[in-house]
Amino acid sequence: MSDSSDWPQEIFSVLLAQNIDLVAHVPDAGHTALIHLAEEHDKVDVITLTTEEEGVGLLCGAWAGGRKGVLLIQSSGVGNCINALALPVICRAPFLTIVSMRGEWGEFIPWQVPMGLATPKVLGAMDVEVFRVSEEQRVAETVSAAGSFAFNTRRSAAVLLSQQMLGAKQFKEG
Amino acid sequence: MLERRKLVNHLLRQRPDNALTVSSLGSPTWDIASTGDNPLHFSFIGTMGQAAPFALGLAMAQPNKRVMVFAGDGELLMSLGILATIANQAPGNLTIVSLDNESYGETGGQPTATAGPTDLEAVAKGCGFSQTCTAASEKDLDAACDQVWTAKGPVFINLKIVAGPSPLVFPYSFDGAAAMNRFRDAVNNPGKS
Repeated sequence: MSDSSDWPQEIFSVLLAQNIDLVAHVPDAGHTALIHLAEEHDKVDVITLTTEEEGVGLLCGAWAGGRKGVLLIQSSGVGNCINALALPVICRAPFLTIVSMRGEWGEFIPWQVPMGLATPKVLGAMDVEVFRVSEEQRVAETVSAAGSFAFNTRRSAAVLLSQQMLGAKQFKEG
Repeated sequence: MLERRKLVNHLLRQRPDNALTVSSLGSPTWDIASTGDNPLHFSFIGTMGQAAPFALGLAMAQPNKRVMVFAGDGELLMSLGILATIANQAPGNLTIVSLDNESYGETGGQPTATAGPTDLEAVAKGCGFSQTCTAASEKDLDAACDQVWTAKGPVFINLKIVAGPSPLVFPYSFDGAAAMNRFRDAVNNPGKS
């Protein structure tokens, strides 16, 4: 695999291979390309949420009805999901989310830091298995492993796309 | 004001064969349980605010079924944003029945925002629901019930009901996994008993 892999395309291919055809999201810059791929695909439904926790119940309901989905969010949105994450846990339903990280490596905005640093701890506290990825070359295998874990063992899994890989958002006045 | 148990019974008596129902935690779940057990019903007993998102996912996964979610006013107020999400997805097979007693019935009857100026039907309409109505009397109810199972969704029906406790009736199981497994099997493998 080359150094500059097209990792959003690779994630999308993994999702399709696992028969995931619902993509719920609160958008983040780190997910732009993946959301675009989902929107362009005629067999995939894309749901823009008003807040991240809607995605937890939505994907649980979809799974009850026989469909598989993924939730794309930014790390700040993980905090919004805390109580909702009890739903897949108590119902032994699978739950898969891909989280683009803020508030860590190279962060410029201090307001992003508290939730960014708390993200893995909060997920762990709610029984969500964390799969962190920091290198483009390992994105596909990590999403694949997290998806298999979630849907085969009916547990919750989160892939954290690190800011080291995504690149910190740049801010310049003027 | 309408009597909640009578009302729920009335709506479920007309339940079509292709119906899937969901109830939010607290009184709506006890109400539905009081009408009898049905494997094609899923009861929330926690995770307040998640019943309508769950119903949207279910409706998108089962476009040939009619999905109806019974949700209290407190439940809906906790996640008003989902009404905008639902209206934008516009599932034709989804009905939200709001059981609006203008109070937090499980916690001492404290007034909700709908006891004040907040109007859930107006919120749903403003979010873009194609069909909405409010019923506060038996007479309004007949008109509301006409569309509840059949109108092209998303439908939002706000039912103004009497506040105050009803006898507790528990659903099939408090074990979420047991309840989910039975519901999911009934939805996806209807031949399997």
